[in-house]
Amino acid sequence: MLTRIYEQVKPILDSFLAGLIGLAMGAIIMAIWGYAPLDAYDALFTAIFGSFYGFSSTLARATPLILTGLTFAIGVRGGIFNIGAEGQVFMGALAAISVSLLSLPSGIHVLVAIIAGAMAGAIWSLPPSFLKITRGVHEVISTIMLNWVALYFGMYAVVEWLGDPQRAEKSISAATTSRLPIMVSGTSLTYALFVSLAFSLLIFFLLWRTTLGFELRVVGQNPAAANYAGIKENYSINSTFILGGLAAGVAGALQIIGHPPTYALYSDLSTVRNLGFDGIGVALIGRNHPIGVIFAAVFFAGLNVGARTMQITAGVPLEMVRIIQGVIIIALAAPELIELTNQLLPAVRNWINEVKTS
Amino acid sequence: MEFFTSLLRILVISLNAMVPITLAAVGEIIGERSGVIDIGLEGILLISAFTGAVSAQATGSPYVGLLTGIGTGFIVGILHGFISVYLKGDQVISGVGINLFGGGLIAFGLIAVWQTPGHHIIPASARMPKIGTPYGNISYITILTLAIVFAVYYLVTNTKLGLKINICGEHPRAADVAGVNVERVRFFATVAGATLAGLGGAFMSLDWFGVLTKELAAGRGFIALATVVFSKLNPLLALLGGFIFGFFDSLGVWVSSAAGVKKYIPWQFILMTPYIVTLLAVAGAIGRARFPDKLGEPYQRE
Repeated sequence: MLTRIYEQVKPILDSFLAGLIGLAMGAIIMAIWGYAPLDAYDALFTAIFGSFYGFSSTLARATPLILTGLTFAIGVRGGIFNIGAEGQVFMGALAAISVSLLSLPSGIHVLVAIIAGAMAGAIWSLPPSFLKITRGVHEVISTIMLNWVALYFGMYAVVEWLGDPQRAEKSISAATTSRLPIMVSGTSLTYALFVSLAFSLLIFFLLWRTTLGFELRVVGQNPAAANYAGIKENYSINSTFILGGLAAGVAGALQIIGHPPTYALYSDLSTVRNLGFDGIGVALIGRNHPIGVIFAAVFFAGLNVGARTMQITAGVPLEMVRIIQGVIIIALAAPELIELTNQLLPAVRNWINEVKTS
Repeated sequence: MEFFTSLLRILVISLNAMVPITLAAVGEIIGERSGVIDIGLEGILLISAFTGAVSAQATGSPYVGLLTGIGTGFIVGILHGFISVYLKGDQVISGVGINLFGGGLIAFGLIAVWQTPGHHIIPASARMPKIGTPYGNISYITILTLAIVFAVYYLVTNTKLGLKINICGEHPRAADVAGVNVERVRFFATVAGATLAGLGGAFMSLDWFGVLTKELAAGRGFIALATVVFSKLNPLLALLGGFIFGFFDSLGVWVSSAAGVKKYIPWQFILMTPYIVTLLAVAGAIGRARFPDKLGEPYQRE
């Protein structure tokens, strides 16, 4: 019984441990450059949990990260290392701005913008899927290359096609009818959060309660067994890519229609960049589980939001959090981490006892 | 005449652009042949570019900087090798972590060391000397890279050590039975690969660009991974691939200085080309690449 509980809890413990290792390494690097790590972390966590405003901002930032985390998590479940969320987010955002050129009633306009974003993300996930199935091109290479293509395409589109005639540095804003209402005034938290949460639950249901989800997971875990059971592997791989693309595309759309005050893209795409890459970390910490992804997204978002305060009050460059995130993921790569610490702890205890007795 | 001058200029830039991609790719070939995949090349390029620049500027010697960059690759290789080989961890996830860490470190370091969020120009005294030609400068490291490529080719095709590396990737159990220490071979192959990527990173900051920016690597680590696929794990083909990708990479660099072209093709589309070419080259590579049988799988002794 106890071992069963331990098996269930172990992934969560692993994530916590990796988080601690990340923070510890961050502290060491800060200390090397003469920053005060404790002040920095004090500022970081006060910013996240210390105020209603801070926590609202964290949830606002978590909104797209839940979705990009899902993109990667679905990929892993289906046996694919899909790191194309970054580019798919850009495409989703561009689509959401494009459809705001239409004039539609408000409720329908929101729906149209989300669907357009989802479709754009899914379409951008098709080339890697096609290349993998027909040419055996590994998705890490194809998705990364397409991320760069999407980035420059987006930069071009924002200036040349969707540019704001009044302000050269940004695109036109989403039509007022396609915007999601703000939830906490003064913050950028909108009802987009519920779209994300709903999507997460939908994926949870799909993966564990439907035949498609079951087949997808079998292909991900054991392609040979899937083949033996008559599951069409290529169909499953394609579904995995498309589902991931839908999630990332929605993330892009929400960053437009649910992201005040501008409801627009800047010419350097700054408001949608790194969401896809952060999603990888979110999924890994969330153990590639749709529900775990929600909590991991809040954690990652908190680091991002808190980093700004940390930079202002403790003077530590906000890029510090990317270093911490990197260390956390490296730590998560070693699955025997917690066993290792379990082995180390008695060793340390013995050593202390030896020192005491001598 | 004008055309040939331009062409020669592009060729010279390509020879520079070839270096980081080829070094990272050839290093990756050593590691992948032994059975370990390292997608953290992009991160290694960034980390080494940064540490190399810091140490070159602190000591005033580009050579010390270069060695620091190489040493940085070596250390990251130890980390990745330890996780992949001895802890039997997930090699791809470890690589993702290294990439994220590298991106963070260079962005953090630019502010922490030089108080600039944008780009830092490395003073001439800390940069590597170059061979001047009428069409631009060629680096000594370009020549070193050619030597490394042929040396690695000889290593993996004609030596006993090369045979050991290959069999650890293809059939680790057989290697084990034959008395090869699979874990040790894989570990050192990984470290050697990362060390070459480290040289590539230091080359970018101390030699080629002479500048440090957040996006210095600009996907070249991943282009190197694509080059490995394109090369089918043959170092000589990786050199060719590195040159081709370097050529398209340098088109962007060259066009950004030639105002005429920008009128006809938007700069965004020119900057896209290396990635599209890479994608097409990998997709069109004749025949599928055959990778070592046990690539990416930790070896578990019974």
